[in-house]
Amino acid sequence: MSDPAVELAEPHAPPLDPAAFETPVAPSVGDVEIQNYTINFGPQHPAAHGVLRLVLELDGEIVERVDPHVGLLHRGTEKLIEYKTYLQALPYFDRLDYCSPLGMEHSYVLAIEKLLGLEVPLRAQYLRVLFAELTRICNHMLNLGSHIMDVGAMTPNLWLFEIREDCMNFFERVSGARMHSAWFRPGGVHQDAPLKLLTDIADWLDNRLPRLFEDAISLVADNRIFKQRNVDIAVVSKEDALAWGFSGPMIRASGIPWDLRKSQPYDVYDRMEFDIPVGTKGDCYDRFMVRVEEVRQSARIMKQCLAQMPEGPIASLDRKVVPPKRGEMKQSMEALIHHFKLYTEGFHVPAGSVYVATESPKGEFGVYLVSDGTNKPYRCKIRPTAFSHLQAMDFMMKGHMLADTTAILSAIDVVFGECDR
Amino acid sequence: MSSPHPKYASNEGVIDLARSILGDRLIAAEEDVGEVALTIERTALVEAMTLLRDTKGLEYQQLMEIAGVDWPEREERFEVVYCLLSVTRNHRLRVHVDTDEVKPVPSITGVWPVAGWLEREVYDMYGVLFEGNPDLRRILTDYGFRGHPQRKDFPLTGFVELRYSEERKRVVYEPVRLAQDFRTFDFLSPWEGAEYILPGDEKAQGQQPGAPTPVPAPHSKPEVKGEAPPATPKTTDSPAQTGAGKAEPDGDGGKK
Repeated sequence: MSDPAVELAEPHAPPLDPAAFETPVAPSVGDVEIQNYTINFGPQHPAAHGVLRLVLELDGEIVERVDPHVGLLHRGTEKLIEYKTYLQALPYFDRLDYCSPLGMEHSYVLAIEKLLGLEVPLRAQYLRVLFAELTRICNHMLNLGSHIMDVGAMTPNLWLFEIREDCMNFFERVSGARMHSAWFRPGGVHQDAPLKLLTDIADWLDNRLPRLFEDAISLVADNRIFKQRNVDIAVVSKEDALAWGFSGPMIRASGIPWDLRKSQPYDVYDRMEFDIPVGTKGDCYDRFMVRVEEVRQSARIMKQCLAQMPEGPIASLDRKVVPPKRGEMKQSMEALIHHFKLYTEGFHVPAGSVYVATESPKGEFGVYLVSDGTNKPYRCKIRPTAFSHLQAMDFMMKGHMLADTTAILSAIDVVFGECDR
Repeated sequence: MSSPHPKYASNEGVIDLARSILGDRLIAAEEDVGEVALTIERTALVEAMTLLRDTKGLEYQQLMEIAGVDWPEREERFEVVYCLLSVTRNHRLRVHVDTDEVKPVPSITGVWPVAGWLEREVYDMYGVLFEGNPDLRRILTDYGFRGHPQRKDFPLTGFVELRYSEERKRVVYEPVRLAQDFRTFDFLSPWEGAEYILPGDEKAQGQQPGAPTPVPAPHSKPEVKGEAPPATPKTTDSPAQTGAGKAEPDGDGGKK
């Protein structure tokens, strides 16, 4: 191994012993035991994507072992949900993965609907799919942007945030809230989307999104520096991906074409035409490119939703679950009673337990819901995506350089609101 | 048309196959709300899980989740629920195991390495022990936390709260003090009333039929006609002095 310092040494200087510059192969030299040293990464680190504390055991700059400490953002969401009615518990899901709020709500409302055996009108299903895919784009903008920034590029992140801002505006126009929408409700959605909003989304999908997105991605996708930082970093085989409970873009990057939207379709995903991108090597670059392609496919799904969406009610007409509209309450005493009962006591869910998982932007987001027949969930276990992925940090990091930590972490797409619950 | 939940392969034949493969290890199998749930003998969990993963026709390659559930009224109060997924057969299955505070559940980290953290979480939240987990530490709660917060007998508010102490220049832990009562609304049966006593309701206790009317509040003077009342208020010792007329015939008020 040639050291540039040796070559640049002045010619008249006394000849240096090359052996003095050789890196020792083993960490121990003679009798002296050189210990690996341990450093803390986080919990306050901009590249930790939240409050992650990594205890890294290093040999030089090579990571030997990683012990991720999670739970710094643990808020006891599951416990809180047990004390709330089914409807009151819904907004907690927005606050889990605050980068893709509607993706979280989706699993929860589907779990309740499964227990209730509740039918959902077609328009509501289309609206949900439309906005679930918008959520996916919104989430990937943040993740792709921060991934690029974590490995050293600034500009694409700023451009991608433009798109994210557009998504936020759409969320605001449909639900009134930019982030914590609470828009998916058991039985449908809360409010109908105005026609102008739908046409604006269609226009955005045709013009603004592809221009901004392809521009930003063209800066990095074939960029030499970006590839050097990501290709062959943290390669995960198919077997490992299965054994470590990977899901979403992580398992697809490892070459397994597994997408719950395709294999276990919910809402109207079975009517949609889209492709599932898979990786060939299972490294960080594949994970990045899988997400890039998912954005294009999401846009494709959204266009189909807009084209096919029928008119009709936006929530089930079962008044024992879905509250009536305000206007109806002015006319009908029964509507008023239903409204009062649903917002105080809430609806009762038949006893039983279900595990419902959907393809959230980050992977399989599941809800294991146990009902004892009352108006509150007896148990609501949330299956976060990042929990399993983060656990695999140890074997993914092994033998990589310290600087690769940020690339690997970004490619996992971890958000601690969801991981720590 | 049914609810729009995720649809996967049919459950047909899964229970029969599992029963024939697992034999005595299977305690119960049921299909409810379209999902198959197997209850498995705790001690045989590792073999059963290996069989579920490797048997052709079952092929549950992925462990997605381990959930704990607390049923305090049961003899073995904890239920550990394993959610399995087969990506080749496109099917989901739940495996249930019962245990209590002391009996350990065999760890399945040898079958699926992902179980490591998932078991740690169940241990942290419920105190269920996992025998063979190489790293059974707390995971979500604070360093040095005491208790298992997801148990049904653990209060929602917890026992300690923390704040930054300016004098001691560090974070201090103190017993929880609630500035306002924790609000629990019992809407389950509005017509029968809540189980607990609302503030003020205790005054209504012990009232017998025919008991005297409650004394009016001090500030609302009864309207007095004629002469002013004496400085020292008249005491009422017997029903005859109340001016309420004759006491009830069967009452014991007149026996004095």
